[in-house]
Amino acid sequence: MFRNQYDNDISTWSPQGRLHQIEYALEAVKQGSASVGLRSSTHVVLLALKRSSGELASHQQKLFRIDNHMGIAIAGLVSDARVLSNFMRTECMKSKMMYDRPMPGSRLVSLIGDKAQINTQNYGRRPYGVGLLVGSYDEDTGPHLYECLPNANCLEYFAISIGAKSQSAKTYLEKFAKDFGEIDVDALIMHGLHALRETLQQDKELNINNCSIGVVGKGQDWHLIEGDRLKAYLDQLEAGTAPAASSEDLPQGEAMDTE
Amino acid sequence: MFSTYPGQVVVDHPVTVPIEHRFDPYVDNGGTLLSIAGEDFCVVAADTRQSEGYSINSRYVPKSVKLSDKTVISMGGCYADCLTLTKKIQQSMEWYHHAHGKTMSTAAVAQMLSIMLYQKRFFPFYSWCILGGLDEEGKGAVYTYDPVGSYERESCRCAGSASSLIQPFLDNQINFKNQASQKTTLTLDQVLRITKDSFTSATERDIYTGDFLELFVITSKGVEVQKMDLKKD
Repeated sequence: MFRNQYDNDISTWSPQGRLHQIEYALEAVKQGSASVGLRSSTHVVLLALKRSSGELASHQQKLFRIDNHMGIAIAGLVSDARVLSNFMRTECMKSKMMYDRPMPGSRLVSLIGDKAQINTQNYGRRPYGVGLLVGSYDEDTGPHLYECLPNANCLEYFAISIGAKSQSAKTYLEKFAKDFGEIDVDALIMHGLHALRETLQQDKELNINNCSIGVVGKGQDWHLIEGDRLKAYLDQLEAGTAPAASSEDLPQGEAMDTE
Repeated sequence: MFSTYPGQVVVDHPVTVPIEHRFDPYVDNGGTLLSIAGEDFCVVAADTRQSEGYSINSRYVPKSVKLSDKTVISMGGCYADCLTLTKKIQQSMEWYHHAHGKTMSTAAVAQMLSIMLYQKRFFPFYSWCILGGLDEEGKGAVYTYDPVGSYERESCRCAGSASSLIQPFLDNQINFKNQASQKTTLTLDQVLRITKDSFTSATERDIYTGDFLELFVITSKGVEVQKMDLKKD
């Protein structure tokens, strides 16, 4: 009843103690297409469903490389995602320049949280309209998966999903999360694809155009899985077979995708 | 008491006289580097001795850095400037990769380095740069620079403390200057032998060159690094 009076700007509380602008920003994330993240004791896998505006249009890129050891999946306003990913890239380069070692995921995520909080307290600004899943591999502490939201909350997860119909993916992930710890990266990717498939609408299916997978982990820089390799995983998903162990083919260097 | 000359003033108390102190930011850390472009390969070689005056700072500080699978840069002069310039190049290459999804070509890095150097035209990087790599056609490419960014693509070049010893030798052996024999295409093996001989000879006569030689060999297969000993005196 009182919502419309107290939702005009970020610096107005509602009588219920809520900031409606932040909730509207979270809504923008929920409207974006799904992104899924999950991790084992050695790898982090990020998957995303790419939307296209029409038959003739390209599919929107959802996975971004931040550094050799870190990548993100987004849901929500892509333009805000670009700004945040540029910020993350700059911070990673500064870290390498100042301290001669890669930026730890936890530290970068704190910086994102601090940056996002500014927009929730200054008059005239608006919260970022994008949710990030940040996957990073630190040499000393291993793989990490974080969720960063417009409300400036940044939490770490074993598995998480954001975007449209993400609850369906979460249900799948919660069911199988206890298995993720010690499985190899191919099995992890298959679980991720199963979770992502849960977010599809009734008559749609995953194909190499609308599906994006990014992996980072022990001995592997951030890289995207595309083309034939992606098709192989999707075929396994179709067939419902167990994933084949093909870790020796996975690239050691980074690969960049711009679809 | 003292014999004086006209105009001399003698006093019996201490006097203070202004001494001009100037900011002297540059230091020469010595060393020699060279690069030779082949038909389908490129060799970048540099000694690893770092010195200051008559002292040796270290026997192993590499002067060359691999920028990508196709490009290697080598820098002589003031090591601090070389180090920071290298980091700047690497950062710019990373932004390029973020923006375009691919690695910068050797020619693009060459142009960018020239711009970067000239941007500090009035407080230059004291770096003698040589960029070696493969061009977009897969042929060997060598780009040479002065400290403020003047650059040119060449078939071979050496820079650093023993450059005046080695460059004439390279002109004769790589480009067949001032000799009657026919120009032939040199194989990787021949180029490596000429390179190693250049450095062992330079080490004999130049005090700033020696300790170790690090060779980067760039081919279509990637970048291979070789290390060999030089005399340590």
